[in-house]
Amino acid sequence: MGKTLMGLAAGAAVLALGAGAAVAQEKMKVGFVYVGPISDHGYSYQHDQGRLAVEKELGDKVTTTFVENVPEGADAERVIEQLASSGHKLIFTTSFGFMNPTLKVAQRHPDVKFEHATGYKRAANVATYSARFYEGRTILGLIAGKMTKSNVIGYIGSFPIPEVVSGINAFTLALREVNPKAEVRVVWVNSWYDPGKEAEAAKALIDQGADVISLHTDSPAAIQVAQERGLWAFGQSSDMTRFGPKAHLTAIVDDWNTYYVDRVKAAMDGTWKAVDTWGGFKDKMLFLAPYNPAIPQDVVALAEKARTDIMEGKRHSFQGPVKDQSGKVVIPEGKSATDEQILKMDWYVEGVQGKVPK
Amino acid sequence: MSAELALLGPILAAMLAAATPLLFAALGELVVEKSGVLNLGVEGMMLVGAVCGFAVTVKTGSSTAGFAMGAAAGAAMAGLFAVLTLLLLANQVATGLALTLFGVGLSALIGQGFVGIPIPDVPELYIPGLTDIPVIGKALFGQDALVYLALAMVPAVHWFMYGTRKGLVLRAVGENHAAAHALGYKVIRIRFLAVLFGGAMSGMAGAYLSLDYTPMWAEGITAGRGWIALALVVFATWKPARVLLGAWLFGGVTIAQLHVQGLGIDIPSQVLSMLPYLATVLVLVLISRDIARIRLNAPASLGKVFHPDA
Repeated sequence: MGKTLMGLAAGAAVLALGAGAAVAQEKMKVGFVYVGPISDHGYSYQHDQGRLAVEKELGDKVTTTFVENVPEGADAERVIEQLASSGHKLIFTTSFGFMNPTLKVAQRHPDVKFEHATGYKRAANVATYSARFYEGRTILGLIAGKMTKSNVIGYIGSFPIPEVVSGINAFTLALREVNPKAEVRVVWVNSWYDPGKEAEAAKALIDQGADVISLHTDSPAAIQVAQERGLWAFGQSSDMTRFGPKAHLTAIVDDWNTYYVDRVKAAMDGTWKAVDTWGGFKDKMLFLAPYNPAIPQDVVALAEKARTDIMEGKRHSFQGPVKDQSGKVVIPEGKSATDEQILKMDWYVEGVQGKVPK
Repeated sequence: MSAELALLGPILAAMLAAATPLLFAALGELVVEKSGVLNLGVEGMMLVGAVCGFAVTVKTGSSTAGFAMGAAAGAAMAGLFAVLTLLLLANQVATGLALTLFGVGLSALIGQGFVGIPIPDVPELYIPGLTDIPVIGKALFGQDALVYLALAMVPAVHWFMYGTRKGLVLRAVGENHAAAHALGYKVIRIRFLAVLFGGAMSGMAGAYLSLDYTPMWAEGITAGRGWIALALVVFATWKPARVLLGAWLFGGVTIAQLHVQGLGIDIPSQVLSMLPYLATVLVLVLISRDIARIRLNAPASLGKVFHPDA
């Protein structure tokens, strides 16, 4: 409580100063809240790269603050409140679980702008943003379909939320497009970050015949296992080549640099609006890590063609007809999934083994 | 069905590896608790052991030096605990919890420069013929040295506790420190050594994780295994052989639930992850029903502060 009061007092002081020195160019304070350590070389690391890009691009017009390792829940609210009441005018909260805390704090600070990553609730001063990670999964699926010999692909999932399920589906659809015999086996580890369990899951999947591992968890443990067993794996969130140079096929790399710079500029010149941004390859929110030299040239060409097609709008990750596991057509021929369908996806497409845990 | 049977070997091998860190940490804690000290800082000691072992391996290129450093770092953390609780008579529960929190932060600090650095693999044993035996070959003869060391620690600890005079004294100190003191045994020195041993074992458990199991350093790499080890000691009613059984059970269920998912069998994975903890509660209830059995195994002075002059 004492801290909050002090924060409020500091905020008031900053406001007073700001009013007094309005003529002089005042520095804008931008805050970032991360769920993991910036040293995770994955999800939070990429967000922090975006923060550094803001500092580099806007130089002395901004000061940035970040708080790492913030647990999702009540602690997050305190951290966000602290930032909001200490003069930060734009605050990025970068994990799904920060959604409700962000909205609560936003209500108390109508003059502060908030940006919440991967959520779906907005307010007058809360914008949301996310990347179309599933576009990257389509490319991975194509590569996996061409590289597998056993026709079993192992997929390590974190939590059965729509973002992860839609990734599994996009991957599987592309996989079966080039290799109709291939199937996907999913293991949920119920954690974003538990290297031990991720390695165990990778071993279990490989022992069941998988020769390509795809993951939607944040550590590179599974890539190490694939390297040790002489098999293939895809990285997650950032380039994980150094953990298994032979095994690492490519990785989906998040990139927030352009978005963060644009949004901070917008907040500075008054054009900022509380909108939802959901960008993919086209919007430079998503990249692929360099392809493994072991991937044959024609497969690289296929992957690159698909990536260009997605960017030009010629290809959609969920192009009908798409059937669910029971064979029922969910997305009819000639149509592609709507954003709403993707954001609420809680069913598997044909070719995925097992059921979505409820 | 033969496909499922062929899976048995890999499951056994993975189970033994998953049980190894639990075995190290739990055996260490068992000795500590038998001497009458409750050290809840296992998770913190494991983390510091993991990061120090990793750092030394990165610098020297030798995983043996890394394991030794992991043990030393764990013992150093335990030494801090021992000074606070045995010499300065701080509350053991609070100090142990603080040690875990301290270890989480300290390991993150030390590890800052070591995130994302790959290290060479620890080679696995390979005996031509034996390792190639179907189903059990890989599990029994294809692991790395630390797995065998952990297994060897089970009879070693049992022999020390129940086969030597020193073990008898240690247990006496844990049962009734006032009586042991009156007989002239150095209660504090004995407990100090037991706590150091427990720390070294926890450090080894951590180093096994960061050097061998998943050869990398990541913040919070132990992911709660220290707490499982603490539960295991109670689950095993302070008996080394039962610690082994418990570690296999925990390890086995962890691995089995991943396989069950991969095979598409429709049991919620959360239920399976819950089973070992349910078993612990069940064992606790069962042993609590029989007062005589508790008296027989649980150290009577566990967690009690010892004043030599009182």
